[in-house]
Amino acid sequence: MREVKLTLPMAPDMEIEASETATSMAEAMSMSADKIDEVRMAVVEACINAFEHSRSEDRQVHLTFEVMGSGNPERLRITVRDHGIGFDPDTVEEPTIEDKLKAERKRGWGLKIIHGLMDDVAILSNDRGTTLVMSKSV
Amino acid sequence: MTESLKLRVDRRGNLAVVYTEGYINNQGGEEIARVAYKLLDDDCSRLLLNLSGTKIVNSIGISILIEIIEKMIEVDGKLAFCCLTPTIEKTFHIMGLAQYAGIYEDEQSALGALET
Repeated sequence: MREVKLTLPMAPDMEIEASETATSMAEAMSMSADKIDEVRMAVVEACINAFEHSRSEDRQVHLTFEVMGSGNPERLRITVRDHGIGFDPDTVEEPTIEDKLKAERKRGWGLKIIHGLMDDVAILSNDRGTTLVMSKSV
Repeated sequence: MTESLKLRVDRRGNLAVVYTEGYINNQGGEEIARVAYKLLDDDCSRLLLNLSGTKIVNSIGISILIEIIEKMIEVDGKLAFCCLTPTIEKTFHIMGLAQYAGIYEDEQSALGALET
């Protein structure tokens, strides 16, 4: 099992389905329990971001889980893609607790959490959709 | 479909321990807020959220916990968390919640801090 693809409808709690696939892949790679939990949480956040912000017409999110490395598994790479309106990652302001405590809207933490939990994160986005690629070493 | 969050409240004077079981998502966060605000209205201004039964949270649920922290600051109350998984604790630190709410390894040490 080197690659698993999953397409999910943007519906309540579908992020948990994605996190369970990530868990199975990470377990098969003998990743530590704490790292598996971090991957799981990052997948949840990436899916929720797509659900909440993509405005994709097909209302689907496409995930690819890939075991990277020659021979023994070295890294789990997860790609989360939507066909929504896209956004400019450079214009996303990093949230702080001080600002959020004063603000009406307290959401907007997803990318900060993903960056904090995964080893590498890259975002490619344009008006045809967004692709987030993240990875974690074993 | 994921089961909804279950809560149990152990009231001890002006302190209450709220035990969570399940996923803290949007609905779960709202349920915690409903219980927390009811306790606050009932003069219970020290809250401990024991998350031993919660293995996963999402940022929408945590955003609602930030609303509770804001409310506790307004009423000069105290909010603490205990028994977090390492990933939930790490996430709370990434978001900065630890600056405004105590995070404790176990219930006993959290209660000790809340009672002072």
